[in-house]
Amino acid sequence: MEQVVDILSWLLLLAGSFLGISGAIGLFRFPDFYSRVHAASVTDTLCALLIISGLVLQAGFTLITVKLIIVLLFLWYTSPVASHALVKAAHYHGLKPLLSDSNEDEVKEEEVSSKS
Amino acid sequence: MMFAVTAVAIMVIMALALIRAFMGPSVYDRILAVNMFGTKTVLFIAVLGFFAGRPDFLDIAMVYALINFIGVIAVLKFVERIAEEESADVDGKEN
Repeated sequence: MEQVVDILSWLLLLAGSFLGISGAIGLFRFPDFYSRVHAASVTDTLCALLIISGLVLQAGFTLITVKLIIVLLFLWYTSPVASHALVKAAHYHGLKPLLSDSNEDEVKEEEVSSKS
Repeated sequence: MMFAVTAVAIMVIMALALIRAFMGPSVYDRILAVNMFGTKTVLFIAVLGFFAGRPDFLDIAMVYALINFIGVIAVLKFVERIAEEESADVDGKEN
């Protein structure tokens, strides 16, 4: 029984860290700010779920599990709101999304000019 | 052992996020990278707590998750105010 729990938490932790790394790589491969926000924030919440559930398996039914669940809930409620506020501020400031290859150069100099 | 692997993976993610923060063309890329760095710090503290056998690290992780959120919102408000001031200066009047 002990090995099963260990193996399962190993898998969860590895899956979580793999997802996090894929999100971080997504930060670099995506051409435009809005797709980068998508890459970063989507993997944020699921990576947190996998890693924290891996830790919960290790902790078992103790106060630590309650704290882990609270941390997970905090992350789940705050990071989507932060990403929404970020994209809303960027859009309000006039950062145009990269719709197609046609306005690629225009968006590029727009992004550079908004390096305030 | 598995906590060490996860901790190293999270450190790699944090390094990539920092590189994105340096490279990011617009200021919003930087805020995004800092936000991702913050949430990964929360996970890193939790994993480190388990790795070092100190379950009380989770209280720090809880506090850090909230402070990171408040920090991101504060920076956004600050950047938005500067953007408005800039557009006001350019037109020379309050548009």
